[in-house]
Amino acid sequence: MILSEKHQLIRKLCRDFAEKELTNDILDEVEESGVFPQEILDKMAKAGFYGIKIPKEYGGSGCDTLSYILMVEEFARVSPVASLYVNSPNSLGGGPLVMSATPEQVEKYLKPSITGEKVLAFGLTEPGAGSDAGGTTTTAVEDGDYYIINGRKTFITLAPLSDYAVIYAKTDLKAKGSKGISAFLVDMKAPGVSCGKPEHKMGLIGCATSDIVLEDVRVHKSDMLGEKDRGFINAMKTLDGGRLGVSAQSIGVATACLEESIKYAKERKQFGKPIAKFQGISFMIADMAAKLAAARELVYNAAVLKDAGDKDASMYCSMAKYFASEVCNEIAAKAVQIHGGYGYIKEYKVERLYRDCRVFTIFEGTSQVQQMVIAGNLLK
Amino acid sequence: MKIIVCAKQVPDTNEVKIDPVKGTLIRDGVPSILNPDDANALEAALQVKDANPDVTISVVSMGPPQACYMLRECLAMGADDAYLLSSRAFGGADTCATSTTIAAGIRKIGDYDIIFAGRQAIDGDTAQVGPQTARRLGLPVVTYVQKVRELKEGSVIVERQLEDGYEVIECKTPCVLTAVKELNDPRYMTIDGIVDAYNKEITIWNENDVKLDPSDCGLKASPTQVFRSFTPPPKGKGEMLEGTVPEMVNTLVAKLTEKHIL
Repeated sequence: MILSEKHQLIRKLCRDFAEKELTNDILDEVEESGVFPQEILDKMAKAGFYGIKIPKEYGGSGCDTLSYILMVEEFARVSPVASLYVNSPNSLGGGPLVMSATPEQVEKYLKPSITGEKVLAFGLTEPGAGSDAGGTTTTAVEDGDYYIINGRKTFITLAPLSDYAVIYAKTDLKAKGSKGISAFLVDMKAPGVSCGKPEHKMGLIGCATSDIVLEDVRVHKSDMLGEKDRGFINAMKTLDGGRLGVSAQSIGVATACLEESIKYAKERKQFGKPIAKFQGISFMIADMAAKLAAARELVYNAAVLKDAGDKDASMYCSMAKYFASEVCNEIAAKAVQIHGGYGYIKEYKVERLYRDCRVFTIFEGTSQVQQMVIAGNLLK
Repeated sequence: MKIIVCAKQVPDTNEVKIDPVKGTLIRDGVPSILNPDDANALEAALQVKDANPDVTISVVSMGPPQACYMLRECLAMGADDAYLLSSRAFGGADTCATSTTIAAGIRKIGDYDIIFAGRQAIDGDTAQVGPQTARRLGLPVVTYVQKVRELKEGSVIVERQLEDGYEVIECKTPCVLTAVKELNDPRYMTIDGIVDAYNKEITIWNENDVKLDPSDCGLKASPTQVFRSFTPPPKGKGEMLEGTVPEMVNTLVAKLTEKHIL
């Protein structure tokens, strides 16, 4: 896709920022400590990354989906974990509110998340409800002006670092499956809310993920997000947008893997010449580049279709997420292969990229769930 | 208060090469960027605006229509408006003709208190356009500004960088100040800034708009003749001496004697 000048300028800003701020020393430190520097998060907020896709009337910049994709891609190219931070307020954090929040909820929750003052988490997944989000067992029982929430959410990105979480819970206990679920804005400091121990993840280290435990948590009715019993639609629509975010992370990481491989193949000498001179390596690089180009076009196209309100947009978002994340893993594996033994060593960038991207085919809808969505669209 | 910033779109010289046969710059496929010193000039203006929101900043440039992209970047960093002097008649200008054109543009914008320019552009490295523009506008100029100490009513106090120190100069305004990279650290654009930049019009002026005779512009008004451009031969590899200090000293003295340096 030929990008407009405006999109090019957005890409330039994101690339300049990521390359200048996220130095190797800082990224190594993040990997070591598991903590992402607040100073950089503040700068991200100041530059406006947290609200790129949020409409202007809600305090964001109101850019199109392609702008958002370019931002996530450029950050993921330098640091996949950093891309989670710029992605989150635009996607799983802010997304449910953009769709359903009252004006008061916008002021209290959404706007501070765009300025970086507050952090929002998205609490849908449960130990027994992953791909089958309809299996939600967290409950919210009405009690006067309040709801009493009980249950456990799991693998919640940013949970230990967040101020509020959107929690999906059953309000109609008799309803089956995805019916009777409502969304609530829960204060993470409210009595009865606690976080589990941060998970020891394979990758994306520096962005804590944990359980959220809810024990008799009282939430005022004014903090219900959207209509009662219709929260599942809100969650699914949020995930629809989230899929594109992961597809953008995928092409960003794949770009970095390709760049690192080209650089290494030109430098590394074996049998008296750079390994790039061997077809076994050069064809691998050609293959990586072709697949990445195809994935990128698919992702950009899905973004444009989504903004155009195309009837197949949702299916294309699933295709983009499925294809880009699978291709990214393939490219990352080849990048490690090209680096040989060095690719297995932490000093080389591809080692981290390989671990970081493994979850891309899993979170926000596994590849298999995407295949279900695509097939469901085609075979209805 | 009004500040004018002079900016130039330049090829990223990290990427540029010189055609060894023709001796000219190979610009094809080289990304164009906002000249780094000009980014410092703009940042200096923006810092004045940070402290006093009533300040307006206008950016002026001369170049082909593509230079609008660079001007959008300036707007996205926080400038209020942008002017591009663009016409076939301006083509082939040396610094002498460029400063005539830039000065004419600034005169038309009018009502300025300070003009910030970068020390020099990375493609030509002349450092002439800023001071020449000051001359044409009849303004005082301080070059190599490394710090703006104080902005007063009718004057400005700045530090001017020297090789081994600096001068403190108080200069009457309006004046021209040229920025070195030590002056500041240019800010990033913002997403909102980019959105706003594309909602603004960039004013494009030709020679008629700024009341210049075509014979005073571009190649016709450029006395400079480039005799030859060349890439200096790369420096040879240095040689590292090894051993104990006395051994290295002996080897060094022997080598220098051999080359008749000692």
